[in-house]
Amino acid sequence: MQSLTIPLLVILGLTITGYFLAKTRALQVAGGDIRKLVSLPKQHALNTVLATAIPPLAAIVLFSLYRRLAEAEGSWLFTLVVIALAVTGFALSLIGIKQESRARTFAERWIMGLLIFASTIAIMTTVGIVFSMLFETFNFFEQYDWRDFFFSANWSPNFRGNSDLGILPLLWGTLYISFIALLFAVPIGLFAAIYLSEYASSRMRSVAKPAIEILAGIPTIVYGLFALVTVGPFLRDYFASPMGLGQSASSVMTAGLVMGVMLIPFVSSLSDDIINAVPQAMRDGSFGLGATKSETIRQVVIPAALPGIVGAVLLAASRAIGETMIVVLGAGAAARLSLNPFEAMTTVTVKIVSQLTGDTDFASPETLVAFALGLTLFVITLGLNVFALFIVRKYREQYE
Amino acid sequence: MEDMIQMDRTMSTQQDIKIEAKNVQVYYGDNHAIKDVDVQIADKTVTAFIGPSGCGKSTFLRCINRMNDTIDVCRVTGDILLDGEDIYDPKVDPVQLRAKVGMVFQKPNPFPKSIYDNVAYGPKIHGLARDKTDLDEIVEKSLRKAALWNEVKDRLNAPGTGMSGGQQQRLCIARAIATAPEVLLMDEPCSALDPIATAQVEELIDELRQSFSVVIVTHSMQQAARVSQKTAFFHLGNLVEFDDTDKIFTNPQDPRTESYISGRIG
Repeated sequence: MQSLTIPLLVILGLTITGYFLAKTRALQVAGGDIRKLVSLPKQHALNTVLATAIPPLAAIVLFSLYRRLAEAEGSWLFTLVVIALAVTGFALSLIGIKQESRARTFAERWIMGLLIFASTIAIMTTVGIVFSMLFETFNFFEQYDWRDFFFSANWSPNFRGNSDLGILPLLWGTLYISFIALLFAVPIGLFAAIYLSEYASSRMRSVAKPAIEILAGIPTIVYGLFALVTVGPFLRDYFASPMGLGQSASSVMTAGLVMGVMLIPFVSSLSDDIINAVPQAMRDGSFGLGATKSETIRQVVIPAALPGIVGAVLLAASRAIGETMIVVLGAGAAARLSLNPFEAMTTVTVKIVSQLTGDTDFASPETLVAFALGLTLFVITLGLNVFALFIVRKYREQYE
Repeated sequence: MEDMIQMDRTMSTQQDIKIEAKNVQVYYGDNHAIKDVDVQIADKTVTAFIGPSGCGKSTFLRCINRMNDTIDVCRVTGDILLDGEDIYDPKVDPVQLRAKVGMVFQKPNPFPKSIYDNVAYGPKIHGLARDKTDLDEIVEKSLRKAALWNEVKDRLNAPGTGMSGGQQQRLCIARAIATAPEVLLMDEPCSALDPIATAQVEELIDELRQSFSVVIVTHSMQQAARVSQKTAFFHLGNLVEFDDTDKIFTNPQDPRTESYISGRIG
């Protein structure tokens, strides 16, 4: 790290000096009269700072993406290039300070560059994730038949090889648990949202809304513990065993219910915002025709907000599909294709964790299957998110 | 002879009083928005409320169908009688009242539904149609009355929000008519419309007079003069003057009315 420390210190030193030098110099070229300058001294200073710092920093980032950072540390040539860039930017921007120079425009271009860089990182990360998954998935399918993976109803990984790695039981567990979670969260969340936006007084709302949103702040592992020690045994003792549906505390129902609780704030908070966005004029129009409050909500407000509500539900669904911790603790780890909601089942996410944390060779299909599972999940949630975005966007055009 | 006609006229207006307000006060929190308003609105006439912005004319209009109930801080005292019955009586259900006293708003506010469903909304809620044919008939009749039928009869399933501003406002009028109200309240119905659409709506208001009592709030004195038979002038929460429209505009009694119609205040 030593060799990177020097250029970084040089850059820092140059930017600080540049800031004050540029201010002084701008005043100097104006002969002390600030009104003669096209750009203000502080804009010249900002331009100098950005011109000095951004090119060498960008060079470091680009180089480290291209090669490993360790190589850069060893390379004196690279250190020289970085320092040269900093000095060039520093010198050029200082020399460029004249009465009529437009430092403001340049500074804003530098800032726009920074903003573009930030958004590019977000997008490139997604692309990077997809590619890293794609490569490993490709490796997996070289060793394991894709038809067995997608269409086999059997999941029994074997550490000595020769395993059955069918995704269907896992996908079934994921969808079953998510379905129960949504079945629980959507009505409750929606009704809570309707109460908050249409009936609650503003004081009640200011208390209740943050209180519901606290649910969103609870770590999922805590929900998992709640499922493990409270909900699971309760469901087993009062529902599953009396009805003769099983003796397992971890079950689809346990995980589904607890996950449903976790999703309530997602549904209620988003729906509440969307219902509030329905113009008051719509409600007035309906009241003015002699409709009651509930008629107005059912026939005007909810239909007008429906696309947005569907978007909220789909976002909640993609959260449910990706959830891991609640499932590990609530539903167990047994891959099973069954309709009984009181039986232990497992999901794609849980199996990704267990396949990657085993002692098996990293290149074996038993480990690589995790990437294929992850990619499948990613495609499903991506599809849901795109669909949700599409619907939310369409909703915006509903009324002007 | 002259006296006879005059008497006849007084008699008939006395018989046909649709809405009578006595000593109405409205408060928004601590703000006394309407002070001591007494007014008698006749059946089958167009009554215009004019006055500068913030004078309380819209607030008073919204008292007549209790739309102010939806505002928490608003308080109304005094009596408003519809056909002799106090609408603020605890026994009166504001929902039923609003079915009798329809309202058209300042900005066209069609529901994001089809044209047909917009008009059918009221009749469906109040169970006015026995079956689908009945409902179709009500929708067609209302759209015809609102002078919109010929423009939309081929696209009844198109969304009501996709029409032009003038068409949207006429759709809202059709929607209000479909509920078969006895009184139609219009809160600046033309303020968001261009002159051509305004002319169409004004023509429509004149026709509606045959079936309903119409109360219209307007900022345009020309509009009040064109469409109404009676005019009330509001100023700073007071009802300053209420008389025949001709009289208000040619021979106002109160100096404030005169200043307003000649453009000196407001």
